[in-house]
Amino acid sequence: MNGPHDLGGQMGLGPVAPEKDEPVFHAEWEKRALGVTLCSGAMGFWNIDESRHARENRHPVDYLSSSYYEIWIKGLERLLTRHGFVSDRDLAEGRAVDGAPQPRRVLKAVDAPAVLARGGPCDRPVATPARFKAGDRIVTRNFSPTGHTRLPRYARGKRGVVEAVREGFVFPDSNAHGRGENPQWVYTVVFDGREIWGDDSDPTLSVSIDAWESYLEPA
Amino acid sequence: MSHVHDHHHHDNELDPMAARVRALETILTQKGLIDPAAIDVIVDTYETKVGPRNGARVVARAWSDPDYADWLRRDATAAIESMSYTGRQGEHMQAVFNTDDTHNLVVCTLCSCYPWSVLGLPPVWYKAPPYRSRAVIDPRGVLAEFGVTLPAGKKIRVWDSTAELRYLVVPQRPAGTDGWSEEKLAELVTRDSMIGTGLALEPEVA
Repeated sequence: MNGPHDLGGQMGLGPVAPEKDEPVFHAEWEKRALGVTLCSGAMGFWNIDESRHARENRHPVDYLSSSYYEIWIKGLERLLTRHGFVSDRDLAEGRAVDGAPQPRRVLKAVDAPAVLARGGPCDRPVATPARFKAGDRIVTRNFSPTGHTRLPRYARGKRGVVEAVREGFVFPDSNAHGRGENPQWVYTVVFDGREIWGDDSDPTLSVSIDAWESYLEPA
Repeated sequence: MSHVHDHHHHDNELDPMAARVRALETILTQKGLIDPAAIDVIVDTYETKVGPRNGARVVARAWSDPDYADWLRRDATAAIESMSYTGRQGEHMQAVFNTDDTHNLVVCTLCSCYPWSVLGLPPVWYKAPPYRSRAVIDPRGVLAEFGVTLPAGKKIRVWDSTAELRYLVVPQRPAGTDGWSEEKLAELVTRDSMIGTGLALEPEVA
């Protein structure tokens, strides 16, 4: 979707303001937000793409005025209610009122280090050979899907060069919506800054994205 | 409500987000869906175990050992795994090397993708709209806010982490460090230098 999360090239959002000696967390609730999010994900009812879309598919005013852990919690509440684990009554009362389905698994403290160390690889075999090779000239598709996509708006309809063929990866545009992993080849594609931003671009700038095969056409 | 925690105040019961997260944790715990002790382990992992010192050791080894640097260039996931840095948000790693000609800068314009296994959790600014919006269009302006000025003709390559590859910048090794141990070299490698918003420290600064 052309959502508020798709920020590349937007202006007026202010300085970066890096914080000196920044702590890992700024409040106790941020620690719990991280943990609740990872533990809920470990139940096994949604994937990272559905999670991302749940965070991003919201009003721009809400998105842009929320801190990142706040966005995570809002997204998590949406996932938990969508999948029937938490009800509006639970949230209104701040305690378990309604029942919930059985989780596929509950992440226990003793297992957490191994689960974190294992991660969740998203590479998958692809049955067909890669359509592009390093050095190929491509043009990215121009589209405006209402669902999830990982092709940023600034990189749509742009001419670039394939720099590297990566691996087959789960396709977020379908996986986020329960329509399957449908893995595709992923490529690192490089654009000249001027192709994206126009003649006023910094002439020393190039930008790359990692693009699924269906985002690309031969140029 | 959102302005409340833009200030770096201490957590307290009046903070609406603290109440909201506690309610969610309570509900999920009462339903037997999560184990609160697992949250403690996760928090401890990223507060005390997994952080940018991991990445610094990878960079220091690459500076010291050409064979390792070559491996890191070809297969960063395996080269980093050989140092026991694995896991969540580091499953598919790519190392990008700064050179005399090119400076690399990493961003995730769409969300907050970041190589947790080598850098830990991302700083607030990395996840916030100003950096995500500007890194791809005005990298020199962004770098200036970090106190970094590159030569005018130096190429800048911005890597937008739009898929599941996670990028580690290998900064250039500072002069005057010949014969240094990996341990000592690692002290020159800042978190920001591995994102590309900084350079490795000079020996006299470290």
